[in-house]
Amino acid sequence: MSAPAQDSALERAPVLVRDWLTGFLPGQARWAANSLLDIIAILAVFGLLFAFLTLAERKILGRVQNRPGPNRTGWFGLLQPFADGIKMLTKEDIVPRAADPVLHFLAPVALLAFSILTFAVIPYGRDLVPVDLDAAVLYFFAASSGAELAVFMAGWASHNKYSLLASMRALAQLISYELPLLLSFVPVALATGTLSASGIVAAQSGWKWDLVPRWLVFTPWGAVAFAVFMVSALAESNRSPFDLPEAESELIAGHLTEYSGFKYALFFMAEYFGMCALSGMAVTLFLGGWQAPVAALEFIPSYAWFAAKLLALLLGFIWVRATLPRLRVDQLTRLAWKFLVPVALVNLGTAAFWSLSAPWEGPLQLLRWAVALALAAVPALLLGRGLSGDLGPRTYRYA
Amino acid sequence: MNAVLALIALATVAAAAAAMAGRNLLHCVLMLAVSWAGVAAFFLWAGAEFVAFAQLLIYLGAISMAVLFAVLLTGRSREDLAADRVPARRALYAVLAAAAVGAVLLAAVAATPLAVVPAPVPSVSVRQLGLLLMGPHCAALLAVGVLLTVALIGAVVLAAGERPEKPGPAP
Repeated sequence: MSAPAQDSALERAPVLVRDWLTGFLPGQARWAANSLLDIIAILAVFGLLFAFLTLAERKILGRVQNRPGPNRTGWFGLLQPFADGIKMLTKEDIVPRAADPVLHFLAPVALLAFSILTFAVIPYGRDLVPVDLDAAVLYFFAASSGAELAVFMAGWASHNKYSLLASMRALAQLISYELPLLLSFVPVALATGTLSASGIVAAQSGWKWDLVPRWLVFTPWGAVAFAVFMVSALAESNRSPFDLPEAESELIAGHLTEYSGFKYALFFMAEYFGMCALSGMAVTLFLGGWQAPVAALEFIPSYAWFAAKLLALLLGFIWVRATLPRLRVDQLTRLAWKFLVPVALVNLGTAAFWSLSAPWEGPLQLLRWAVALALAAVPALLLGRGLSGDLGPRTYRYA
Repeated sequence: MNAVLALIALATVAAAAAAMAGRNLLHCVLMLAVSWAGVAAFFLWAGAEFVAFAQLLIYLGAISMAVLFAVLLTGRSREDLAADRVPARRALYAVLAAAAVGAVLLAAVAATPLAVVPAPVPSVSVRQLGLLLMGPHCAALLAVGVLLTVALIGAVVLAAGERPEKPGPAP
């Protein structure tokens, strides 16, 4: 808002460093060098985030389960990710004799490449948008849809019944949850009138009554869309409680059965990258992107706010994993097709009502909120009640 | 710029050719996906960002999956996926059909007066595209929507089949 926030040294620091590094180069070369720097920065930041996220996950899961978690390598286990990395690198890479060697090699590479591609369009800060596309959100979903092909390649190339079955199961899950993921984004496009990520962030700037940020999650339809988006994001990134594609404890690690060593690590990395990218997209779409929640806190640079929101969502992912048991495959598809998709469709209507009733004033505002809240809550409640009718606690009779 | 176009075209055509010549059906499908990605790259080169990403999302994300499922669900075993060598007769017919289609296309291209002077690249934002689709071309959009809905309902009807007798309470 205020000029000082945009021009503060901390806010401009990344751009200043970049200009200092590449400023002496002429036109085209400078553009290329800047792009290269962007790529290096993204890979370094998210690579380190991935490393310490695995550690944080193990630590937090440990604390939730009343055990200390990794604490032998380095201070508080801080060097554990690097020890794991060395272990993965030095493990033997086994390719089954009957496997399709090219596809077996290509699958983890393709998966990781597609998941890294999605990082390109997320606005990390006021001046930190690697590629500012007009159709950025479409690009994001297009890049993440390539993951399905890679999962299939992994399952098929392993030449293993279990791998193929598991990759089919994973595909059913990914395709089912892609629908609510996309549908929960549609009302955002409807409300902001743009597909550009930085445009969506800009549309969420400012404060209502100088107090409540105009983030989309604080509207009735935005809250529903955010919830649907996060549940679908859990499923799309194969996270618990939707981790059936891997499910090492009962479904023998699914399409990863025949992968070992560094290829396995690449799959692992792609999963965490996908989780980070989807969380980053959720922050951009619903939580105001890099905007500060309170005007008084705008002196903290925008990328710090983005990082804080991203970490909060990631910790939420870990918390969910520590809390919920895994779903059965029929419950999984049932949730997507019978609950999330209808709720997201109704939510589209709610968003349309919300944007049509924007000019209402005075007591009509109360009516607007009441109608929108009813539209947001009632269908979800009714659907939930209706669907859980025959899903109550089962009674088992033992012989 | 033309060198980039030549590279994209070469990769697209080579992938499509590999998809047709391959012996392993699965590899053919994956090469086809590469060639679709090449088409998306061409759209990007031509400055049609929206169409390029839509092409990637629809073809690479959805249609390749449909083709893969079709191939896997119809083949009985892995050996079934190896296509037989095409007999000479059928190859001849294929070449004839391709030549006929090619001749029609070439005649059409040759008969069309093309602007020799390079036209300025129109920059269309997604917003303009959306307004055009929802405004003047709304009828077409609705028709496509109805068509897809019919296809979806048809797929549901086909997949649902007969509903089995409701089983008794689980033992």
